[in-house]
Amino acid sequence: MSENLGAAVREICQACGNNRVRMMDIVRAVQAKFGCVCGEAMDLIAKEVKAHRVEVQSVVSFYSFLSDRPKGKIVIRLCNDVIDQMHGADRVEQAFCEELGIRVGETTADGRITLEHAPCIGMCDQAPAALVNDVVVTQLSADGARELSRELKQHMTPQKLVRTYGDGNNAHELIRAMVHNNLRGPGPIIFGPINRAEALSKALSMSPAEVIRAVKTSRLRGRGGAGFPTGMKWEFTRGAKGERRCVICNADEGEPGTFKDRVILTERPDRVLAGMTIAGYAIGADEGILYLRGEYAYLRPFLEDVLQKRRQDGLLGNNILGKGFDFDIRIQMGAGAYICGEETALISSCEGLRGDPKNRPPFPAQKGYLERPTVVNNVETLCAVTKILEHGPGAFAEHGTSGSSGTKLLSVSGDCSRPGVYEVEFGMSLRDVLRLVGADDAAAVQVGGPSGQMVGPADYDRKIEYDDLATGGSVMVFGPQRNVVEVVDKFLEFFVEESCGYCTPCRVGNVLLKERIEHILAGKGEPTDLEYLQELGETVKTMSRCGLGQTSANPVLTTLKNFRGAYEQLIPGPSNGFQPTFDLAAAVGDAEAVIGRKSEHAHA
Amino acid sequence: MSDMIQITIDGREIEAQPSQTILEAAQNKGVYIPRLCYMKGLIPHGSCRICTVMVNGRPQSACTTPVAPGQVVENNTDKLMALRKNIIEMLFVEGNHYCMYCEKSGNCELQALAYRFGIAAPKYPYLFPQRDVDASHRDVLIDRNRCILCGRCVRSSRDVDGKHVFEFVGRGPEKRVAINAEAKLSDTNLEVRDAAVEACPVGAILKKRVGYAVPVGQRMYDHEPIGSDVEAGAAK
Repeated sequence: MSENLGAAVREICQACGNNRVRMMDIVRAVQAKFGCVCGEAMDLIAKEVKAHRVEVQSVVSFYSFLSDRPKGKIVIRLCNDVIDQMHGADRVEQAFCEELGIRVGETTADGRITLEHAPCIGMCDQAPAALVNDVVVTQLSADGARELSRELKQHMTPQKLVRTYGDGNNAHELIRAMVHNNLRGPGPIIFGPINRAEALSKALSMSPAEVIRAVKTSRLRGRGGAGFPTGMKWEFTRGAKGERRCVICNADEGEPGTFKDRVILTERPDRVLAGMTIAGYAIGADEGILYLRGEYAYLRPFLEDVLQKRRQDGLLGNNILGKGFDFDIRIQMGAGAYICGEETALISSCEGLRGDPKNRPPFPAQKGYLERPTVVNNVETLCAVTKILEHGPGAFAEHGTSGSSGTKLLSVSGDCSRPGVYEVEFGMSLRDVLRLVGADDAAAVQVGGPSGQMVGPADYDRKIEYDDLATGGSVMVFGPQRNVVEVVDKFLEFFVEESCGYCTPCRVGNVLLKERIEHILAGKGEPTDLEYLQELGETVKTMSRCGLGQTSANPVLTTLKNFRGAYEQLIPGPSNGFQPTFDLAAAVGDAEAVIGRKSEHAHA
Repeated sequence: MSDMIQITIDGREIEAQPSQTILEAAQNKGVYIPRLCYMKGLIPHGSCRICTVMVNGRPQSACTTPVAPGQVVENNTDKLMALRKNIIEMLFVEGNHYCMYCEKSGNCELQALAYRFGIAAPKYPYLFPQRDVDASHRDVLIDRNRCILCGRCVRSSRDVDGKHVFEFVGRGPEKRVAINAEAKLSDTNLEVRDAAVEACPVGAILKKRVGYAVPVGQRMYDHEPIGSDVEAGAAK
């Protein structure tokens, strides 16, 4: 085994040029081959790439798809985000546990199958869903989970679980997934027809400065959520000092309730890759990286093929379209870390490090990937770029509003009759969105995912645009039967799990927020807890280092503002002058166990 | 010195070298910005967030933010002091800090900050984590109950000692400082004279056989609050 491991690790490292920048690829490959990256493997990798063992451990311990202890040959990752739970993920989980005879986090006695939770895997429109290794299974039921487990135990081949393919390219021979696009409202910009070379050819006939000017004229802003003007970002990067530059496409959509990039990558990959190439030309880059979240590994062979075809057709590689521009793209796989959607964390990950965000300044435009000036753009932003080049910035800016030009893809899920992806004009009211998706009785809507804001009916006339209801695309609908404080608790669970732990307010503050929310949900809250939550939430928001911590308290802060009644209902009034905060019985429980009798006072 | 630039901190004009961070520029002029993960000579980490100041109205860590011409910095405001106090309290409840018998008492930067900020007891609930102690090394011990994840040992070992004995592993609340060996500190090449051993601001990395050597009354922070030395520089 040991000799075997040694040879295999050496081979994997050599295939990556013994380059520690490729650490993610190395540890992912070792994990795939041996079911873990054990201590011995860490020593071997460290030796090959000339790093310290603890540096390898640092990376392995950061990503949830990697492990230093053996996992089963098959890992079932059941999505347990709030939407999946609303659709019965708990019953599915119970069925898996019963059929496999294990609890979540455990591996079957024969070492073959591991069952785990995963935060959002980008399938909220077909929940409950799970990953079986790289294979996506959707719309699970308890019975379905039982059958799936039985089958899996027999053939141990995840791909055999897929009997019917989804629509469009989901049925492509290199994807073969049961995933459905649920593309309910294709719009004119992202999902319009595409000519693979048109935008790029037009761009290459202009000067880089002219390309940047066109993007600036279009008033395109980043579609990931932050909304930074794309043209300006490119201009800064082009103007920064550095011998080499880099374009990164952020395809790490991990915000719960977001799945629009999944559909773009399935149906319009050429648009994304053309957008990256145009960005590369505009800023003077020679290298592009598509950072694909680990959950979307099922799309990788397809995307590699699209890349290869673009190379063959002269749209990528050396001397693109005969215009003397050299640019190529590699795919960097993630390994299960929401924080890597934050652009500097994403860069860390591409560099073969833990996904810790970096200190700013310097900004990526000045010093990004390997200290090179770097542009990081969202999948949807790069798609919009191709449209701007094809039809001109004027035609693009005719869509949307003055502050938010173009269209926006929304990923709609939850209590609505038509969940899926919608391309809408910026400026559409939330009320119209809800009508479109069949959610007439929505009691609360989370716009922008957990890091966004929870709004109620009083806000339904607000508009989807950067200056009002900004969103990276996630729209989660909650009907009147849902308890918003429970939803907040789930969101906090997510942030506690996904915080990188680098800075104090995010690492500790989210744990403390969740503690008090649980307290309130257990009926032990006090009126002063609301003030406590407000102050704690503001501390996390103000003092955290990156966008995760700066927004993780939003579920608490926006519901305290918009749904205060939901909290007040959960806080019992004083009875007999006492508040139920302190649980005397629980406090003396350990002592009672030691002395072997119950306290009279605690149980009175 | 024509290349000096001007910034203001709490309304006071301060002259700074362009290569300085806000924290360094302030320190130079006798303005103390509370901090924990910062240590002179190490690459700033920006992780504890205690040195957060408002830079032109936006919160930024003073230890990582370079000065820029015309910067308006707020430091000693009621709002920031309250926010910093919350962060210090978070560090106390996150670990297991028992000052009364800790060898580092009186010389501990976390304890000293708590005194400076007037923290008698944290308002947050203690989390009482399970953490381990590694006393395998002949001369040095690690008590992770007191670790505040400031990364000073990590950076000192890597950048000053050139050894990389320490590194962060895990994430979120599971994040901890690991050592460059399978199991024990004694399996690493750490030596008692390493900068990494001196770098710990709390009692997480301690030298053996020297505990309580300094009597109460003569310890670093027994008489003057932390930061007094910086502020005394202003009087000169």
